[in-house]
Amino acid sequence: MKTQIISTLILMAASPAIACESTTFGDLSIANPWSRATIGAGRPAVFYVAITNDGASDDALVAISTPAAGRPMLHETTVTDGVASMPHAMSIPLPAGQTVQLAPGGYHGMLMGLTAALKEGETFPVTLTFEVAGDVTVNAEVLSLRVEGPDCETDGQ
Amino acid sequence: MRNRRAVILGIGGGLGALAFTLGLGWWRSSGAVSSSADLLPVPISEMDFDLISHGGERVRPADWIGRPTMVFFGFTWCPDVCPTTLSDISGWLDDLGPDADRLNVSLITVDPERDSPEVLADYLSHFDPRIVGLTGTLSEIGRAASGFRARFEKVPREDDYTMDHTAGVFLFRADGRFASIIDYHEDRRFAVPKIRRAMQ
Ligand SMILES: [Cu+2]
Repeated sequence: MKTQIISTLILMAASPAIACESTTFGDLSIANPWSRATIGAGRPAVFYVAITNDGASDDALVAISTPAAGRPMLHETTVTDGVASMPHAMSIPLPAGQTVQLAPGGYHGMLMGLTAALKEGETFPVTLTFEVAGDVTVNAEVLSLRVEGPDCETDGQ
Repeated sequence: MRNRRAVILGIGGGLGALAFTLGLGWWRSSGAVSSSADLLPVPISEMDFDLISHGGERVRPADWIGRPTMVFFGFTWCPDVCPTTLSDISGWLDDLGPDADRLNVSLITVDPERDSPEVLADYLSHFDPRIVGLTGTLSEIGRAASGFRARFEKVPREDDYTMDHTAGVFLFRADGRFASIIDYHEDRRFAVPKIRRAMQ
């Protein structure tokens, strides 16, 4: 699996890795916004990101919107008794001092009603709505369908 | 114990497409009481299903006997769990190297309504070519799932639907005996050793 991630990284190295960028918005820092390529526009896509709340008070991610999809929602993948389901998440808590991941197998943005297929290498804007901090827009990078996430820490390994 | 027998009788009882779809709510609530260890998959030699591969070939349980087998239930409209698992599986096959050629590796769709052989072929072209997609009638998918003690359920959404489904990866030995499950949230480092054990 490691080799797979590394080989994917090499492919990505040619282009600036937007998926490895981080945006600061007040006390929040929003890192690694990415998505997976889709086959056609009929299937839902995902949106993943890591949000760190460096402030002293709690916040929450309450909505996402994007021109890439007509019906974006927040979901949480849960596995109960071995069965995976994806209930709608009304709000994703961002406790003070903590990092919350929207990542495969957990919280994710679910992008339904795509306006076009998401192609690897493209980027698209996603506006995050926070309960306290308000709205901020970041660019998500579309990675391959097969990748498990951007690998942004090559130097450290 | 009483619970487990009830569930097994339920599975054996009637598995028409309708029963399968409607019965799942009950089946699911029964399953929540018993631990997964109470409901192990049956040996492949005792399974009974008749599916079609993404290449258009008929696949029945007997076709798997003689090689170790790895099976995952999913569907191609699934944006989170399924691509993640398929990329995990692709990575494990890479790690196993040429040994992986000795495995049967299958994705059985739980969404035969949308996942035709052609749709599966298109989707799986993005992952390791050794992964074989299987589809069939809803009742055949139900028969397959019951052998694995896997569960799935259609969940309506606004003008669409999604599927809840068993997310673990099932491993069987070459003679068809059940070996183990790689759970969805299990540490991925344990996966390849588990596969190797099933291949011994
Ligand atoms: Cu979702």
